[in-house]
Amino acid sequence: MLIRRPSDVRSSEITSRGLYLRRRDFLAGGAATAAGLAVELGGCKTQAGTSTSPAPPPAPAGAIALPPYKANAVTVDEAKTPFKDVSGYNNFYEFGTDKSDPAQNAHTLRTRPWTVAFEGEIAKPRTIDIDTLLKENPLEERVYRLRCVEAWSMVIPWIGFPLGALLKRLEPTSRAKYVAMTTLMAPEQMPGQRLPVLEWPYVEGLRMDEAMHPLTILAVGLYGQALPNQNGAPVRLVVPWKYGFKSIKSIVKVRLVEKQPPTAWNRYAPNEYGFYSNVNPDVDHPRWSQSKERRIGELSRRKTLPFNGYGAEVASLYAGMDLAKNF
Amino acid sequence: MARPFRERAAKAAIGALALVPAARLGWLFYRDALGANPIAEALNQLGLWTLILLLASLACTPIKVLTGWNYPLRLRRLLGLEAFFYACLHFSMYIAVDQGFDFGEIWKDIVKRKFMTVGFAAFVLLIPLAVTSTNKMVKRLGFPRWKRLHRLVYVAAVLAIVHFTWRVKSDLRQPLAYGLVLLVLMLVRVFDWLRPRRAARGGARSAPSSSP
Repeated sequence: MLIRRPSDVRSSEITSRGLYLRRRDFLAGGAATAAGLAVELGGCKTQAGTSTSPAPPPAPAGAIALPPYKANAVTVDEAKTPFKDVSGYNNFYEFGTDKSDPAQNAHTLRTRPWTVAFEGEIAKPRTIDIDTLLKENPLEERVYRLRCVEAWSMVIPWIGFPLGALLKRLEPTSRAKYVAMTTLMAPEQMPGQRLPVLEWPYVEGLRMDEAMHPLTILAVGLYGQALPNQNGAPVRLVVPWKYGFKSIKSIVKVRLVEKQPPTAWNRYAPNEYGFYSNVNPDVDHPRWSQSKERRIGELSRRKTLPFNGYGAEVASLYAGMDLAKNF
Repeated sequence: MARPFRERAAKAAIGALALVPAARLGWLFYRDALGANPIAEALNQLGLWTLILLLASLACTPIKVLTGWNYPLRLRRLLGLEAFFYACLHFSMYIAVDQGFDFGEIWKDIVKRKFMTVGFAAFVLLIPLAVTSTNKMVKRLGFPRWKRLHRLVYVAAVLAIVHFTWRVKSDLRQPLAYGLVLLVLMLVRVFDWLRPRRAARGGARSAPSSSP
């Protein structure tokens, strides 16, 4: 059954309308047959993948503009998740624990002035202003899968630059074995930090070779625009082969260290969230399966891929390691 | 003659009212207005309403104990059945839409995941209660036995709270709030059981509350 949507579709959504309509039809049809749905969804994927992507509304006046960037530097052959979902369904506990909280509350975050301190085991420690960061690092678009530890996923066109290239210029010392990163601590801007759901500020970390890997980027935008606050503005990490919580948001400090640094979720529940947290369908979260995931916008679950589909690029980083133990 | 009618009308109204959240969810789901992950949202809401109605059914006795007001006892069966109805929706949504009838995966979930195990157990415990909710069944089982059987609802409620708590990633405020409500409802019962029995009160207490 095809249900006509009234003609109140906002002009800003015109590009995404096709997908929007089709997606709703699947949901309506969901009551009818599950088998038929899987077929339809398969069709949706390929159609949406080849047609125009569901773009964001034009940036509001006064929005921070990004320098030009190289489009589609890295892509996947999968439909992008609509902007409204990418920017409306977020885990960013600094702004509340509901998925819709960040979009609602993150307007209080002030992203200018903003600096990121690069310190620790580097020859040239430097505190870099966000606008300098944008100017000094050639930006490119990277369309990556994002797999949340909660078993849902998206495909997001990030704009950013490789973290490794920047770190190399700052000359890590031989003692630099890990990178420790810290989110802004500002309870007056981040109401979620007034609640003890996690130990604030949020901290994350990578092994040096993970940080230097060309897929690891610092993202400053998505869908051609500066990052919406709820997505971790003004600068965040994106490590596409790890669960989403590793990709720390609104970064103020990057410290190179000798020992494995503490990480926020690991500190909260070490048996549930490991330091590595590589996407792995064979290692379940103690409380739920990781073998499948729901791609946002799709009805049936799809299989989760080892390293979120980036195994060819990154599996060698973990050669010889027991990934069930080092989860 | 007016009284049974009024009573039936009141029950029908409350019964209909409890269906509003399900109808609203169905409508929002159909309109794709449940956000980016409508299945997870619908599952969560159906689970939450199961718990709310279960707690509502468990609140009838404490209200009677605390205020002496009898009327809520007559709604207890209805509220319990509504809770079971939501539990069925919650469970079948998980089976059909969330897992797409992937019974291998479902079985693994139920056996391996503590939070799924307890949720499933809570649901299973509600089945005999729903089945024996008719007056006929009360008679067939005999009231004392029927009453003993229906004490399973306390276990189901505790399991439901545990299911909720284990599901949450780190913000435990909501499950703990519902847990606190259950605790208070149970404490009122304990307080009532421990109270020295007076003949008059004892008679009133053991009357089958679900009788029409």
